[in-house]
Amino acid sequence: MRNPLSDTIVTIEPSGIRKFFDIVSEMKDAISLGVGEPDFDTPWHIREEGIYSLEKGRTFYTSNAGLKELKEEIGRYLRRSCDVDYDPAKEIMVTVGGSEAIDIALRAMLNPGDEVLIPQPSYVSYVPCTVLAGGTPVIVELEEKDQFRLTPQKLKEKITDRTKILILPFPNNPTGAVMRKEDLEAIREVVLEHDLFVLSDEIYCELTYGSERHVSIVSLPEMKERTVLINGFSKSYAMTGWRLGYAAAPHMILEQMLKIHQFAIMCAPTTSQYAAVSALRNGDGDVAMMRESYDQRRRYVLHAFKEMGLECFEPNGAFYAFPSIKRFGMTSDEFATRFLQEEKVAVVPGTAFGACGEGFLRVSYAYSLKSLKEALGRMERFVKRLDGKV
Amino acid sequence: MREKILAVIEKNSRIDIRDLAILLGESETAVANEIADMEKEHIICGYHTLINWDNTSDEKVMALIEVKVTPQRGMGFDKIAERIYQYSEVNAVYLMSGAYDFTVFIEGKTMRQVALFVSEKLSTLDSVLSTATHFVLKKYKDHGTVLVQEVHDERMLITP
Repeated sequence: MRNPLSDTIVTIEPSGIRKFFDIVSEMKDAISLGVGEPDFDTPWHIREEGIYSLEKGRTFYTSNAGLKELKEEIGRYLRRSCDVDYDPAKEIMVTVGGSEAIDIALRAMLNPGDEVLIPQPSYVSYVPCTVLAGGTPVIVELEEKDQFRLTPQKLKEKITDRTKILILPFPNNPTGAVMRKEDLEAIREVVLEHDLFVLSDEIYCELTYGSERHVSIVSLPEMKERTVLINGFSKSYAMTGWRLGYAAAPHMILEQMLKIHQFAIMCAPTTSQYAAVSALRNGDGDVAMMRESYDQRRRYVLHAFKEMGLECFEPNGAFYAFPSIKRFGMTSDEFATRFLQEEKVAVVPGTAFGACGEGFLRVSYAYSLKSLKEALGRMERFVKRLDGKV
Repeated sequence: MREKILAVIEKNSRIDIRDLAILLGESETAVANEIADMEKEHIICGYHTLINWDNTSDEKVMALIEVKVTPQRGMGFDKIAERIYQYSEVNAVYLMSGAYDFTVFIEGKTMRQVALFVSEKLSTLDSVLSTATHFVLKKYKDHGTVLVQEVHDERMLITP
């Protein structure tokens, strides 16, 4: 028999998270700080809207780009959050989560050999999606000393004449880093100078803490026309299982993305789309409540790290902390595996998000205070043991 | 800071002051002082426990009573309310807008005990015109907490 597989897919490594997931799932009574999703249920008014749409028999396809009503709400949302006007009919499409939008944006824009700049540590799908789209991933390694922000120097070092797209994954999973307006302005200059396009993954945009709110690069001059803005409902409205995201982009790009979506997906789930209308219309209060609650737990986790002598820069976005474990002389993998075996707590090794995540762990604080207390108590015990204090 | 303290302790009054201070990013002393002030100002009026009596072997009956009254000159609603809320059987009294004047929550050991209280104590007050008693059959949700279902974390242990 001939080899049934594609050479490209075979060369792609399975997600590092997957590997760890397999170890964790064998452990029956493990507790976790490892999830990448909110601990809230989707607010009831949103769920009810989904149920209502089913009762009304709205069980058919929507148009490929999504419900008109939803695209208009997304347009209004982008106007009030980024102060940018997108034409719902031509520049906005609804996707199956932010993940689909990342995939089709890259496929719509890349030619073989085009280079994509991917800052890491970052979400696991940018590299494989780039490879599958025929592009060449070029990693930009972010550092703790820069608070895991992308700096123009780091960006310039990696630019070649094949560079086409810069991925901007902020607020960042796994580090919790955010880009301030002045950071984005510096990046903008490099982008314009080298005529790059930007894929800005802003799925955590509602979850920033401290005095500064998230700033989108599309709100800077001349950036809307060269940016694919990706966002969704999973994190802001606790809707991960609904699989609903969207992209806003110049018509010329969006039109081509829509073709892939049309053939591969048809349309995003109809029930989810109706529910999402209610999320955007009536969900601001829910978002504010969840943000405040994450912020409290963020302080709690950071405080606990400090107490146990675990170094961690202050994350100002998403719901992750990214403590350094370098002083223990172990790899992230070793630390996470031993911690799991000895204390039955799952955390994700930083290396799951890129090689430069070595020496770090991703700790999610999307858990109840009670669970956090228990898990962090075990972490303290583990760290003390490593330090030889027990 | 007050609103934030209240939002947390409304759901969890047993939280350590220390934890509360960490969550809010304030000092322990500041939080403790603020709570003490709010107790003095009767913003915080007590720290009760939310009990689902249905899950105990204790027999308890709860009733909601709609009460219509005639407020009398110089007495008003507040005085009448006082006559009602002084009884230890009375759990809560609210002045209402709409078709009747007071909602009175009464707790007793048996339905008979509650009914007797209404007929002998409440209905006989001078200002009370009429009462309508509704017994509570089942509590689904109380103080914002759902009593009838257990909460499980349905999420997978590790996700990207």
